[in-house]
Amino acid sequence: MSESLVVPTMAEMLAEGKQPEVLFWVGCAGSFDDRAKKITKAFVRILNRTNVSFAVLGTEESCTGDPAKRAGNEFLFQMQAMMNIEVLNAYEAKKIVTACPHCFNTLKNEYPELGGNYEVIHHTEFLKSLIDDGRLTVEGGQFKGKKITFHDPCYLGRANKVYEAPRDLIQKLDVELVEMKRSKSNGLCCGAGGAQMFKDAEPGNKEVNVLRTEDALEVQPDIIAAGCPFCNTMLTDGIKHAHKEGEVKVMDVAELIANAQDL
Amino acid sequence: MSYLDNILFAILLIVGFGFFAASVKKIYRNINLGVDVDRKDNPKARWTNMALIALGQSKMVRRPVAGILHIFVYVGFIIINIELLEIIIDGLFGTHRIFAPYLGVVYNVLIASFEILAILVIFAVTVFWIRRNFIRLKRFIHSDLKGFPKSDANYILYFETVLMILFLLMNAADFHLQNVPGGYSHFHKAGSFPISQWIAPIFNGTSNELVGLLYELFWWLHIAGILVFMNYLYFSKHLHILLAFPNTYFANLKPEGQFDNLASVTKEVKLMMDPNADPFAAAPVDENAVPSKFGASDVQDLNWVQLLNAYTCTECGRCTSACPANQTGKKLSPRKIMMDTRDRLTEVGKNIDANKGVFVPDNKTLLNDYITPEELWACTSCNACVEECPVNISPLSIIMDMRRFLVMEQSAAPMSLNAMMTNIENNGAPWQYSQQDRLNWKNEN
Repeated sequence: MSESLVVPTMAEMLAEGKQPEVLFWVGCAGSFDDRAKKITKAFVRILNRTNVSFAVLGTEESCTGDPAKRAGNEFLFQMQAMMNIEVLNAYEAKKIVTACPHCFNTLKNEYPELGGNYEVIHHTEFLKSLIDDGRLTVEGGQFKGKKITFHDPCYLGRANKVYEAPRDLIQKLDVELVEMKRSKSNGLCCGAGGAQMFKDAEPGNKEVNVLRTEDALEVQPDIIAAGCPFCNTMLTDGIKHAHKEGEVKVMDVAELIANAQDL
Repeated sequence: MSYLDNILFAILLIVGFGFFAASVKKIYRNINLGVDVDRKDNPKARWTNMALIALGQSKMVRRPVAGILHIFVYVGFIIINIELLEIIIDGLFGTHRIFAPYLGVVYNVLIASFEILAILVIFAVTVFWIRRNFIRLKRFIHSDLKGFPKSDANYILYFETVLMILFLLMNAADFHLQNVPGGYSHFHKAGSFPISQWIAPIFNGTSNELVGLLYELFWWLHIAGILVFMNYLYFSKHLHILLAFPNTYFANLKPEGQFDNLASVTKEVKLMMDPNADPFAAAPVDENAVPSKFGASDVQDLNWVQLLNAYTCTECGRCTSACPANQTGKKLSPRKIMMDTRDRLTEVGKNIDANKGVFVPDNKTLLNDYITPEELWACTSCNACVEECPVNISPLSIIMDMRRFLVMEQSAAPMSLNAMMTNIENNGAPWQYSQQDRLNWKNEN
């Protein structure tokens, strides 16, 4: 990393009497998971480079409650939601960007009824808007000519019908974007959703992430692009299971953009 | 036809529709055993959904082969039913093709198209039968369909084939009699018969009287067959031909990822977080209050749309074939969730019938007796089943409501999920990291 990251918090912003253009909701994976932290940093490097005025909640952020809700614990979910909404509303947050489709879905769809009304966008949509507005220019760089396939995260794709933004970004890199046999609304889950990330799978004859990785390997990609920290983990494990870690990488779309720009 | 025929026919119609009405009433009552949910908002979007998805079959063609064949059968069913109106009027009043004089050439075009549709239906149904019994597509030989469901599917195909053959035979006999030199009885020339004119030669050499009798026989069998088929719907997965319409109308309009927030929980959480609430205050007494139950363990805890979903499911298994858990050998099958819900609902309905309108507890529940926790915990909530369903059924919403019961009423989550939830409760993340460390990544390399 050539330069250190500038990551203001909402508290610091407020102290200076400023309101950021967008609040970056980092999420639990983005904050704590070693692999996902790299995605967080790649996204911040792009935000820093493009001088986007943003802030994070930092230590005031807490789990959105998504895994609790999908596990069936509505109490815990609503407690988390209401605490987060109090914090977000206190800072008068208007626009939220997040790199986690689970946080994205919960904040966007399940918070409004509980008093949290924000414009919530996924980081791929945000990056796309930066390009569309001319604030970010992207060239292929090191990825030129590479074969990339995109795995649709369920909570971005089917759940919220965002299919094109991540693909548009990948195509900006002068790469060959190949589709798996099941993609977009037909996409197969990575196996992490619905709180499965935090438990062992029920008895069966295969792991879901292995099956999904087979879909991806079928199109012989150099890189499997993901837009979700959990999908990233599942597919990375799937690649290891197939002993392909030397040939195929799993990368978040934000990492592709950041690395292409040598950020 | 003599008057006796007309009277017999009227009785047949009354009995057929009478039984059918009783079945419809029962279904309506059973669906209303579910808790209320508001699905009357945004009628415009709802009508559009119904027009596109049920009437327009838009989701069927996600799988093109089955989709197009299904459209043949579906269009055949709807269009040929227009002709049924004429058949009934002719039967009641002893007329022959009563619409013909009013419609002229249009009538010929209509009859011709019914015939072509009938042959397309026979073709499609034959392919369906081969797919089910010989090609043995995975979703059709799945363990969900053991026993009656498998036979049910074949019965429907046989029924449809027989009805279409009778329809064509009836037209063939009619065509034969219409072309008797000098005319025969009241069989005046009407209609155009592109298919049945090729069947008609089988009547050559048969006396006009016998052909006339055969015509009546085909007519009776056809109409009686339709009435029997209509009454079979109640016992069959084939009910979807009617319920697909209300089902798509009342289906969820919100994003698939949005799960409902339990209002009863909201009330409690708000009270908990209200600094002005008196923690020692006695709860207001409401004599009529039913103790609220979180989540669902039986059909009465589900909402009426979920129960309508269960009756609508035609067991095609697209959901199950798209389910990541099922594809990897787990026990979960979204189709089975719907079939179990329907079977349990039927059982509860019978219980109510047998006990003078009151449900007498039978020591059974949808949870455990039909659907096991192992199935419920295998779900990744990926919405593939919801996306796949050609009539917008949501097996996922039932799975989620049952998980809620397991967790909030029985504390019966898998150990590892309990650990995850404890972490969220204590430190605001599903893993054991302190909330104070949430921004540490900023300074790490």
